Amino acid sequence: MATATLMDREVHVDDEGFLTEYDEWDEELGTYMAERIGIEMTPRHWEAIRFLRSDFTEQGVTPTLRRVSTSAAIPTKELFTLFPKKPAKKMAYIAGLPKPAGCV
Amino acid sequence: MQRLLILGGGTAGTMIANKLRHSLPTADWSVMVVDETNRHHYQPGYLFVPFGRNDPDEITKARDEHFVDGVDFVEQAVELIDAPNNSVTLADGTEVSYDYLVVATGTSPRPAETPGMLGPEWRKSVHEFYTMDGSAALAARMADFEGGRLVVHITEMPIKCPVAPLEFAFLADEHFRKKGIRDKVELIYVTPLSGAFTKPIASNLLGSMLDDREIALESDFYIESVDSDKKAIVSYDEREIPFDLLVTVPLNMGADFIAKSGLGNELNYVPVDKHTFQSADYPNLFAIGDAADLPTSKAGSVAHFSVDVFEENFKQLIAGKKMTHSYDGHANCFIETGDGKGMLIDFNYDTEPLPGKYPVPGIGPFSLLKESELNHFGKLAFRWMYWHLLLPGTPLPLPHDMSLVGKKTELIKEK
Repeated sequence: MATATLMDREVHVDDEGFLTEYDEWDEELGTYMAERIGIEMTPRHWEAIRFLRSDFTEQGVTPTLRRVSTSAAIPTKELFTLFPKKPAKKMAYIAGLPKPAGCV
Repeated sequence: MQRLLILGGGTAGTMIANKLRHSLPTADWSVMVVDETNRHHYQPGYLFVPFGRNDPDEITKARDEHFVDGVDFVEQAVELIDAPNNSVTLADGTEVSYDYLVVATGTSPRPAETPGMLGPEWRKSVHEFYTMDGSAALAARMADFEGGRLVVHITEMPIKCPVAPLEFAFLADEHFRKKGIRDKVELIYVTPLSGAFTKPIASNLLGSMLDDREIALESDFYIESVDSDKKAIVSYDEREIPFDLLVTVPLNMGADFIAKSGLGNELNYVPVDKHTFQSADYPNLFAIGDAADLPTSKAGSVAHFSVDVFEENFKQLIAGKKMTHSYDGHANCFIETGDGKGMLIDFNYDTEPLPGKYPVPGIGPFSLLKESELNHFGKLAFRWMYWHLLLPGTPLPLPHDMSLVGKKTELIKEK
C-alpha cells in the first residue's frame, strides 16, 4: 500500500491518490485536498462531504451521485457546480473515501 | 403448513420455486410464486431483436409452464409488503401471509426519470432495447436507417446486463457494414463511466475494440435531459451530443412496491447481505437476482449462482441451523462482438474479468476476454439451456464459486 505526505502527515493512498484509511482523514485535511483539485470549500460543500463520511460508516461503500442527491437533498445539477466535471470522484477524494465503485 | 412466498417469476424466482419445491415436503410446505404477468421473456434475446435475428415469439413463453408440479402460481401485481407482519397485499386486495419471503421482482427501465426522454421523439428517434416492445420498435427503425449519427447511450449505472449496450454497438457496426452503409453511419458510445466498461482490464480491451470498429467513445457523460427539438442528449456539465437515432439504456430501478413498503434503497433495490441475500432487518426476508442491491452485475448468471447458494442455505435455515454457504459475487457473461463471434467474461466481487480459459466439462474451454466463434455459439446455445435445463433447476456443470483456474492472474495489479 502506497503512502503520501499531505500537510506533513503520512497517509495511505491508492494509485490515484484516494485515501484508503477512513480514520486518517479530518476536515482540515479535507480542505487541503479540496484545494489541491481547485475547490474552495463552502458550507454547502461540507454538507455533501459530511453526508459521504457518515453514509460510508453505515453502508461500507462510497455513495453514488444519485444517493448523495436523494439522501443529502442536494440536486445533481448543484453537485456538478460544487464539484465540477466529475463530482462523484471529486467528492470521494475530498472526503478521504475509496473511489466510488458505483458500477459493476 | 408453512409458506415460502416468491415475488417475481423470472429467472431467479422460477429457479428458486422449482429447486425448493423438490426439497420441501408438500405436506408441510406451500411454495407460491406471484407475478403480474404470465409471460416469461428470455431477456438476453432482446439484444438480437433490433437486428431481426430473434423474433419476439421465439423468446417468450408462458410463465406457468415452467414451474414444477406443486408450485402455486398467482397472476397478480404486488401492492405492498408488510414485513413486520409477514404479509403481502396483492393488487386485487388479497392478503397472502408467508413464513419466508423472497423478493425477485428484478429491475426495469424507467425512461420517465430522465427529463425529455419520453418526449415527442420517443419510439421515433429515441429508442431502447430493454423491453420486448422497445426492441421490436427499434427493429423497424434499424431496418430503414439509411445513415446519420447513431448514439448508443447508458443513463446511469447499475443497469441490467452491463455489457448489452456494448454488444448493441458491436452488432450495429456489423449490421451497417453488411448493409453497405457503414461509411454513412457515425457510431458514438456514450457512458457515465470513465471508460468502455467498469473494470480496468476489460475496459481497456473493450475500449480498443470500439476503436477498431471506429466507434467513438464519450465517457463521464451524466445525462441531464433529452432535448427533442435539437435531437440531442445534454449532460449536467453541459455537453450536447446530437443524434439522428438514440438507442439509450434508461435508468434502471427495482419495483415501486419495494419503495412503498420501505424496503428499498434510492433505486428501489433491497439492501441484503451480499453473501447470503438475507435482509438485515427481517431474517425471513431475502432478495435475489436483479432486485437485490448486490455489488456485482445485474445478470442472469448472478441469479443462477445466487439460487444455488440460497437453496443450500435455506435448507439449513429452516432446520434451525446456521447458514454456511456464501456467495462470492460470481458472474459470467457472453459478449456478442459481431461477425459470428463472441467473448466471455467471468468475475466475482474480488477478481475483475481476466483473459484466459474458462473450463466447462464436455463443451469448453471457452476463451475469456477474447473473441471466438465458440463463445458466439455458447451464447446462442444458452437460450435452449435456459428453458430446458436452467429454469427447471437441473444441475449444470457450472460451479457457483468463481475459479481462478485458466485465468491469467499475473495481470492483476499488486495491491
